[in-house]
Amino acid sequence: MRVGVVLFPGTNRERDVLTAFVRAGAPRPRLIWHEESDLAGLDLVVLPGGFSYGDYLRPGAMAALSPVMTAVRAFAARGGYVLGICNGFQILIEAGILPGALLRNVTLRFLAQDCHLRVERADTAFTRHFQKGAVFRAPMAHGDGNYFADPATLARLEGEGLIAFRYTPPAGELAREANPNGSMNHIAGIYSANLRVLGLMPHPEDLVDPVIGGEDGLPLFTGLAEALAA
Amino acid sequence: MSAPLPVTLHFNATVTVLPKEGVLDPEGQAIERALKGLGFSEVETVHAGKVITLSLTAADRAEAERRVREMAERLLANPIIQRYTLRIEESA
Repeated sequence: MRVGVVLFPGTNRERDVLTAFVRAGAPRPRLIWHEESDLAGLDLVVLPGGFSYGDYLRPGAMAALSPVMTAVRAFAARGGYVLGICNGFQILIEAGILPGALLRNVTLRFLAQDCHLRVERADTAFTRHFQKGAVFRAPMAHGDGNYFADPATLARLEGEGLIAFRYTPPAGELAREANPNGSMNHIAGIYSANLRVLGLMPHPEDLVDPVIGGEDGLPLFTGLAEALAA
Repeated sequence: MSAPLPVTLHFNATVTVLPKEGVLDPEGQAIERALKGLGFSEVETVHAGKVITLSLTAADRAEAERRVREMAERLLANPIIQRYTLRIEESA
């Protein structure tokens, strides 16, 4: 499996992603500067978290116009796998690769805390090492993660099974207090129609080692390593 | 009998970006609550947004407006969640 991790000015979670893939037994990903546009030979492109361009204008708005994003759009259109985490999800949305928008958290606070994510389907390259309906812990750290979509888009995402993860309590039921940023339908992550592009706000890559509190997020990376093994 | 020289005019543009009606605006709601807390009970609604000013050249006001509208649609506002208004003035 060949993974590329894109670096924008202000990206700061790329090492966490590298660590997660190495711990999952995958080859060390290649770092790709945002001015590059050659993604040849890659199976998966990751847009990691951070504050690209200082979140100027809207989070992800500037990064979405980088040369690499033209290449990422073409890569996704060819059926390439793309994973956008936190600011990476915001960039995928601003680039129009995933639908909807991410608004300011309903609390108006930057939320740096653990949350729990319910796996809505386990038949994708990203979730094959989870059980459908399983709930896992993941750290979240964002100010603009409040998922919004117009009613038609929301109905399509729900109807086509494109919701990847929802915020829930550990037991997995839907509860308003477990949806800290106020996302519509408790949405924490969504897929593209071909299930090969995943964007999510929380950080599974930050819980992949018992030394820092657990391996709850590791199955996402071992699953990808298995699904995309050459 | 010479052709008129092309004239380039200078304009100042102000683009005001606000949340669309119906889109959750927690910042506006927080300001509204704070204003009411200060005793401004007459306040009915509050919205918070962003103002972007820029100067540009164009052949005429219509061209300036067309270009700024394109800037707003493609970058300055996110049409899924935001609306915008333009103000364009010719500058010296």
